[in-house]
Amino acid sequence: MPGDVKVVERLQQEGSYVRAAAKGMGITLRHLLDPNKKTQQYPDEKWELSPRMRGTHRMAVHEDGRAKCVGCGLCPTVCPVNCIKLVPAEDENGERYAAIYEIDEFRCIFCGYCQEVCPVEAIHLGVHYENSEYTRERWVYDLERLCEQDHPVTALWDPSDPASE
Amino acid sequence: MPGVTGTAFVIATAAKALLFFTLAMLCVMLATIVERKIAGFIQDRSGPNRVGPWGILQVIADGVKNIIKEETMPAEAVRPFFLLAPALAIIPATILFAIIPFASPLPTSWGLVEMIVADVPIGFLYVLAIASLGVYGVAMGGWASGSKYSLLGGLRGSAQMISYEVALALSLVPLILLAGDLRVPEIVSMQQTFATGPPTYAVWFVAPLFVGAFLFFVSGLAETNRLPFDLPEAEAELITGYHTEYSAMKFSMFMIGEFAHVITTGALVTVFFLGGWDIPFWSGDNIRVLADGTVIGDPTWWKTILTLGMFSLKTGLVVAVFMWIRWTLPRFRYDQLMDLGWKFMLEAVTVYILVIAGAILVIESAGMEVGPLYALILTAVNLALAALLFFVMDRGTIIKGAAHGARYQARIGSRETATPAVPLEEGREARQHAR
Repeated sequence: MPGDVKVVERLQQEGSYVRAAAKGMGITLRHLLDPNKKTQQYPDEKWELSPRMRGTHRMAVHEDGRAKCVGCGLCPTVCPVNCIKLVPAEDENGERYAAIYEIDEFRCIFCGYCQEVCPVEAIHLGVHYENSEYTRERWVYDLERLCEQDHPVTALWDPSDPASE
Repeated sequence: MPGVTGTAFVIATAAKALLFFTLAMLCVMLATIVERKIAGFIQDRSGPNRVGPWGILQVIADGVKNIIKEETMPAEAVRPFFLLAPALAIIPATILFAIIPFASPLPTSWGLVEMIVADVPIGFLYVLAIASLGVYGVAMGGWASGSKYSLLGGLRGSAQMISYEVALALSLVPLILLAGDLRVPEIVSMQQTFATGPPTYAVWFVAPLFVGAFLFFVSGLAETNRLPFDLPEAEAELITGYHTEYSAMKFSMFMIGEFAHVITTGALVTVFFLGGWDIPFWSGDNIRVLADGTVIGDPTWWKTILTLGMFSLKTGLVVAVFMWIRWTLPRFRYDQLMDLGWKFMLEAVTVYILVIAGAILVIESAGMEVGPLYALILTAVNLALAALLFFVMDRGTIIKGAAHGARYQARIGSRETATPAVPLEEGREARQHAR
């Protein structure tokens, strides 16, 4: 062999090939015949998700279908990646609402600050994934689409142990 | 019943060629899915299971994908050879099927049709001649690609296949000594009725020629470029070696060629050592067609189907073992490969021929007829030889370091900077102490 290749001197019995190969064949045969396969058949079987899993956003709505958002502007402020676009407005009764509310799910890091900071518990993260799209534009969820989401919302803390003790 | 002659012979041969080629290609398709399934099972996965029942249509999906993919042509490639190489890889593997007897002869209204495409008197030599052609596809593909990786793969392939061909050919010599005929159907008949007189017991040559079968199997692995001998491909080092530059259907041709080669080798192991289409513990399938056309036995159509099934089963098992080995053993290093081929296999097979020839000489000069006792003595001799062979193989013959022993010691001794070699036993103690 060219160069100074360090070659470990082995004892004769450490240079076994036949026994080592036979042992390996035994191991692979055992796995070959083992009916208990580890593959998760993904689209058919899915993971059981934690209630605290942070996924796709969801906007809570009033009973008449209006979004609960009051357009206070806290969530775009706290958002570390600036993925929330909010243009607040005021209706004839003097109630504030979000005229434009968009979340770029592609940009979102799912930190959950928006849910934590929301004073009226309007915006939530959800226990949901699998949101693939054909274009990037489709990843920007507008208010209507956020209100339509119906997956369970994320629990930011364990309800039985709110102080995380 | 006489054999078919004249026009019927031509038609029968053409039909057989077409039938067996189709069957072989179907088996290749099946082998690709079985390979992936076995790979999956061994690694505790399920393997492909989305397309069709048990993923069996995956091969069709793969085929369609390969056909509609883009054909690339590297700028450096030598066009004619680059196009020729995939064909050269697939042809030798498929034409080897010509001399393999698949089943017992089929009686038809035109005469007896032997279930072998070409019953040539020198079928055995044909195997050796065609098996050596397989190297051209690999070497040519590697060279014509105009890529360093491919060239290295092609060079390795040619060196390896030529080295192991010697052992492959020689490991079949004891078989010829025992069978006494170069006709492949005769080798099968000899295993069915291992006697010169009236038929007695079936003796598959894997027993009286166990070491030969083992050496043939190992050389066959090397000839087909399967792990642990897949140095021409060597994904980790040569990014699939000789077919690095091939894409789409040309790549697929190499793959089909490899699988066809695997199936052919499996069929050869079956024919030479596992009794061919012989159904064990049943003498009804002992049908022998002599070279002059005389038929001994009673051929019927259902026996043909049964024996074909038996042949497929045996071949399938051998192929499954090929795949099992592939997903178990790691690849040899190049020098280990050459050492194994030239310094071990060649010696082993030469000694083996001498011992078997000697044993046969002794047995026959003792006046013993070919029969069960004859086979038993040879089996005993083989088991002793196998024990010796495995003992030697197990004592650092294969996986020792390249620069080992006295040469290595002399070289590190001659260097001033060399660290003094710790005696092995002390080193072990120190290691164990540290632990």
